[in-house]
Amino acid sequence: MPSADPPTPGLGQALVLRGRAWWHVVHLGALVLALLVSPASYRRGRWPRLAQHLVQASAPLLVWFSLLSALVSVVLIHIVLVTALSYGLSQYAMQMVVRVLVLELIPLSAAMAVALRVSVPAAAELAALRRGGGFDALRASGLEPLHHEILPRALGGLFAVLLLAAVSSVLALVLTYLAVHGFSPWGFERFTRLVGQVFSPAVSLIFGLKTLAFAAAVALIPLGSSLHEHPGRFSPLPLELQGLVRMFVVIILIEVASLVGNYY
Amino acid sequence: MSEPAPPIPPMPPPESDRPAPATPGQRLERRAVLLMALLVLLLAGSAAYLLYARGAFDASQRLVLVADDSEGVVVGMDLTFSGFPIGRVRRIELGGDGNARILIDVPQRDAHWLRQSSVFTLTRGLVGNTVIRAYSGVLTDPLLPDGAERKVLAGDASAEIPRLVGAAKELVANLGALTRPDGALAATLANLQSASARLNGPQGALGLLLGGGASAPGGGGAIAAGGPSDADRLRALIDRGSAALGHVDGLVRRADGLVGRVDGLVGRADAQVFGEKGLAGDSRAAVQQLQGLLNEARGSLKKVDALLDEAQGVARNARVATVDLGALRSEVEASLRKVEQLVNEVNRRWPLARDTELKLP
Repeated sequence: MPSADPPTPGLGQALVLRGRAWWHVVHLGALVLALLVSPASYRRGRWPRLAQHLVQASAPLLVWFSLLSALVSVVLIHIVLVTALSYGLSQYAMQMVVRVLVLELIPLSAAMAVALRVSVPAAAELAALRRGGGFDALRASGLEPLHHEILPRALGGLFAVLLLAAVSSVLALVLTYLAVHGFSPWGFERFTRLVGQVFSPAVSLIFGLKTLAFAAAVALIPLGSSLHEHPGRFSPLPLELQGLVRMFVVIILIEVASLVGNYY
Repeated sequence: MSEPAPPIPPMPPPESDRPAPATPGQRLERRAVLLMALLVLLLAGSAAYLLYARGAFDASQRLVLVADDSEGVVVGMDLTFSGFPIGRVRRIELGGDGNARILIDVPQRDAHWLRQSSVFTLTRGLVGNTVIRAYSGVLTDPLLPDGAERKVLAGDASAEIPRLVGAAKELVANLGALTRPDGALAATLANLQSASARLNGPQGALGLLLGGGASAPGGGGAIAAGGPSDADRLRALIDRGSAALGHVDGLVRRADGLVGRVDGLVGRADAQVFGEKGLAGDSRAAVQQLQGLLNEARGSLKKVDALLDEAQGVARNARVATVDLGALRSEVEASLRKVEQLVNEVNRRWPLARDTELKLP
């Protein structure tokens, strides 16, 4: 560690450093994604470590996030239904609920929950391991840190976002049906038709791509940011927070792009 | 890439038949597989449900609605019948004639609601989206065929507003013109008032009808002055009425005489028709003669029947004779064949004979 504060970099140097940091994140993301789609990564010897991180990332979150999301969904559904009824627009209430909840809020909240509870702690673990020389020790013992430490954590974050989003979306659809029609099976045809109207092929594609992009951003950006500490600090934030900020920026960009794709 | 495999858990002792309790690592792996299966199940189920909701599994038929304006129509919106969605807009295109063509898929299980005589409307509300509705008045008409093309009737609430406002303005202007103090309504009301005053006057409805003193409405003295002339006119009218009644009486008397003569005429006609030498007796004799003629005709027909029977017998005999003729012919042919053989034999045995002619018996 330097004994005095590092000199503040110039604008050009800061841009180069930021570009390099982003490049590290993109490079790591590409490596991890390539490993994720490669069947060799799930070989018998590597599977226990992957399974451990997969369960640790998603199982503790699944129950409480589902409960919280159901609670928020019930409140929002009620608000939208009552408001639409008071304006005489009750026929559009269900469509609005499905659009707001399932298409927009649930994937975003699942990504945020996983980022705060899984990815950022995992990034901090990795940073501590790297600073403590854990990577070198692993390499010395013949283990590759990318396979042994980074890939399981990335897979855990990715899987957790997808699982939470899927469970909460299905739960929100069921709650919407119950809020509008109650425990009667006779509204199923109308509800199904309305869901079909909302999920046109373009909207479904954008929804799927957006959720995947959220999952990739949440799983990869904090990890990628924690692996490279640049000489001459250009940001006063600690390494983990820098990753979090980068992830938020990317998530906002993805959300804006999906909104543009859906409504323009 | 080549890290060693994790240590294999120790095997259970062979004398134990029960399965070994799972290690924490195995439990974790099992839970990971369960979570992955849950995700795959949710994704596959959602995809299947969305496909079902989009009608991917329904066999459907195509309906083309032609509208002069497709504003407000979006792909995916419903075609409703009695408030129930029975079809979905798949495509909107601009036809070669400049009209909008709205292509609708109707699932075949709902297609029976659409008939040849169905009417389709496209309505745009002031608030909310556009709605396409189908009306089938006669459900016994033939079914609408696949790919049928129909004109859609457009009803646009917002487009009606300017016309409605114009019509309302005109109506208000007319109403204002009617209710002016010098307007038609005021004059009519004044006339009505004078008429009701005359109805309440001493001559009542008769005075109103005969019009006496009409030049002085509401004036009691004027009505009194006009009274005698009306009475005279009424009396003259009654006199003319009684004279007319006298004429009518004469007419009735002459009609009575006429009826008496007609009565005599009818009596004579009765004698002519139903008398001793009337038409009825002659008719009866003619009928009797006709019956005799019929009896004779029946006898003649019986004779014809007998003749026919005989003819049938003759025909039968002729058939038998024809069969016999066939047998006879075959016998003659056989005899001729024998004679020919005989001649040949004679020629063979007596070749120098000059006269080879044979006389047949």
